[in-house]
Amino acid sequence: MIDGLLLGFGAVFTVQNVLLVFVGCAAGTLIGMLPGLGPISAIALMIPITYGFDPTSGMILLAGVYYGAVFGGSTSSILINAPGVAGTVATAFDGYPLARAGQPGKALALAAYASFIGGTLAAVLLVLLAPFLAGFSLSFQSADYFVLMVLGLSLVSAFSAQGEYLKALMMTVFGLMLSTVGTDLSAGVQRFTFGRMDLIDGISFLLLAMGTFALSEAIMMVLRPAHGGKPVSLEHASLKLSSKEVRTVAGPISRSSLMGFFVGTLPGAGATIASFLAYGVERNLAGRVEPRFGEGNLRGLAAPEAANNAASTGSFVPLLTLGIPGSGTTAVLLGALIAYGIQPGPRLFVDEPEIFWSVIVSMYFGNLFLLALNLPLVPYIARLLMVPRNYLIPIIMFFSLMGVYLVSFNTFDLHMMVIVALVAVLLRLLAFPMAPLLLGFILGGILEDNLRRAITLSDGSWSFLWDRPTTLVLCMLTVAAFTTPLWRALLRRSRGNRHD
Amino acid sequence: MQYKVIFALLFWAWSGLLRADLLPEVHFLIPAGPGGGWDGTARGVGEAMVRANLVRNVSYENLTGGGGGRAIAKLIETADRQPYTLLVNSTPMVVRSLQKIFPQSFRDLEPLASVIADYTAFVTPRDQGLDDWAAVLAAFQEDPRSIKVAGGSVRGSTDHIVFARAVELAGGDPFKVVYIPYDGGGKAMAGILTGETQVLSTGLSEAIDTARAGEVNIVAVTAPDRLPAIPDTPTLKELGYDLEFANWRGFFAAPGLPEQRYHDMIETLNQTILTPEFEQVRARNSWTLLHHTGDQFYAFLEHQEQEIGTLMRQLGFLRP
Repeated sequence: MIDGLLLGFGAVFTVQNVLLVFVGCAAGTLIGMLPGLGPISAIALMIPITYGFDPTSGMILLAGVYYGAVFGGSTSSILINAPGVAGTVATAFDGYPLARAGQPGKALALAAYASFIGGTLAAVLLVLLAPFLAGFSLSFQSADYFVLMVLGLSLVSAFSAQGEYLKALMMTVFGLMLSTVGTDLSAGVQRFTFGRMDLIDGISFLLLAMGTFALSEAIMMVLRPAHGGKPVSLEHASLKLSSKEVRTVAGPISRSSLMGFFVGTLPGAGATIASFLAYGVERNLAGRVEPRFGEGNLRGLAAPEAANNAASTGSFVPLLTLGIPGSGTTAVLLGALIAYGIQPGPRLFVDEPEIFWSVIVSMYFGNLFLLALNLPLVPYIARLLMVPRNYLIPIIMFFSLMGVYLVSFNTFDLHMMVIVALVAVLLRLLAFPMAPLLLGFILGGILEDNLRRAITLSDGSWSFLWDRPTTLVLCMLTVAAFTTPLWRALLRRSRGNRHD
Repeated sequence: MQYKVIFALLFWAWSGLLRADLLPEVHFLIPAGPGGGWDGTARGVGEAMVRANLVRNVSYENLTGGGGGRAIAKLIETADRQPYTLLVNSTPMVVRSLQKIFPQSFRDLEPLASVIADYTAFVTPRDQGLDDWAAVLAAFQEDPRSIKVAGGSVRGSTDHIVFARAVELAGGDPFKVVYIPYDGGGKAMAGILTGETQVLSTGLSEAIDTARAGEVNIVAVTAPDRLPAIPDTPTLKELGYDLEFANWRGFFAAPGLPEQRYHDMIETLNQTILTPEFEQVRARNSWTLLHHTGDQFYAFLEHQEQEIGTLMRQLGFLRP
């Protein structure tokens, strides 16, 4: 392994490759910042540029674009509530309120630190564990994904405001319902498309997130002129975190990095789910804190940011060790590798050690670069919020609509997004939370596909829930997660009785 | 010095005038987002066109939606404003118009040429006693439920139909095939590797790398002859089953274009396909050439439509 690392450092430490890491990260950050446009389009468009390079340099550049985009995606989530990439939707839950509360500098800086730590920790884990992780990601079958998603749904309580559990539950179910729109994988039947061609591929997650968050937020700003509090002044663009704040977020960042990495290594899970899970777990662990989650809590910002960066690094495990793309982005990267004439798979270690190790080593540098690149820019970017509201609102509307259009080039998506935003405004006025809707939506599709696969695989019997140890353990965890509040309440009651 | 510059400029302008490009520009309309098979084909052909100096201006437009139907509808609606547009498409176009997912078919466009093909490969895990097609068939005949068939697309897609047809040709019951759909070939491959499925029916390009790495076996392909990329894998034909299936990728123009431009477009595509530049693109992606043009391509499409249509009707995916 030491040999490998040395080989990697040797390969990355050429002027060209260091420059490429930098270029990749910078380009990725910029593309990531634009709402909507994500790493998939960025990488696909850059692949032809890399044909002139040797495979190592090409992969270093493309990997830089990938984690650079996830890094940069948080900026627009925090500043204008419009997620830059799908993986940073959860970042907006607490990042945006924090920025609105007059601390955009702190929010952006914390996101950068959390991303940096998440990405770096994951790169270390990748070095230490990559050979074993191939086995880990292959130990997950359809049944396990299903149970994992049910476990994820148990986090819904974390996504609800105090005392609004029923509304949160309703929104989760609404999200699950929306995820069934489109062509059903198991039967090939179109559901809820109302004969519209545009709905055959289902509703895009990014569209839903942009509609319910960015666009509806802009409309809310118009509806409630007093809402939004004090104007942001320059001192508030300060990046400083007090040592107390550092201590508060240290735990969430390290936990979320670990969790994000492992979720990322599973083909089919990915950065978006990792960030939602991390957010939910931290919110549950934190209990009652000030400021509350969803209102600008630092942990609620740090957790998804660490997790999504760790997960995007983790997704290199199945790609490099098995040659299996776990997400759209890694599928594009796989295409690039094949185009270079490289065989990804378990032999990559042995046959092409230079590529394997230099991509990993470039991730350390990339994360350092990203931190160095982003922190000095934060005070300037944060000033965006000083723009008067009458300019800021149209800016948000423009970027969120444009972001969705640039992904699909379909005007129907714009119409749908406006409808989504109007419905979201109505629901928000009735105090329905939006985050559970997105949670239900992202988990719903994967949950259903895996459940139906698992049932078909076990010939219609539900025995898949306990047939394999992995599934059984996950099932027990799920049961525990759903019944813990019950036990807690019972325990509290019996204790209360004793004190009487 | 100045004269040299002026001469150079004049020469450049002159050579530009001399160039007898058949088409002044080509606009590729891609019915999916960047990064997929359609996108890769269009950009690969476009790259070869530019590098081989056949066309000077090449542009790309990704238009997703409706399983590709959106782009087809747009090309037809705006036909008069799309003089140099090439729409990239593939076999799913035939399947989806049979399923009436979109109302149009290839007849509503001007089919120009197919360029490459991806044949279906049947893939099995290592060390499971399923090392050849005969073993898979034997296991299927004994207990169809013991052979779960993974595919990278929905039930009733070509991954499913081709496998069912192969089983039927061997005397098995195609209705007993247990098909497990995954969201993409990569995840279907993961299903094979985790051991939850026993056979994978997918495009060769999605399986060849894992097979070369020694992780899985490819037991048969639906190509007409053995493929140079996998010389040891038999075709279904040589195993005695009359099944040939090519997932073609090709190009279409807007309907109603002038005769002359129709021929120019085909000629440009023909020239592109034969350039060493395209050869390079093809090698890079391990694509197999499948070169049908004009009327020949039209006939090929009609034949495939009829073949797939019959299969889908037999298997109950289309109302007869």
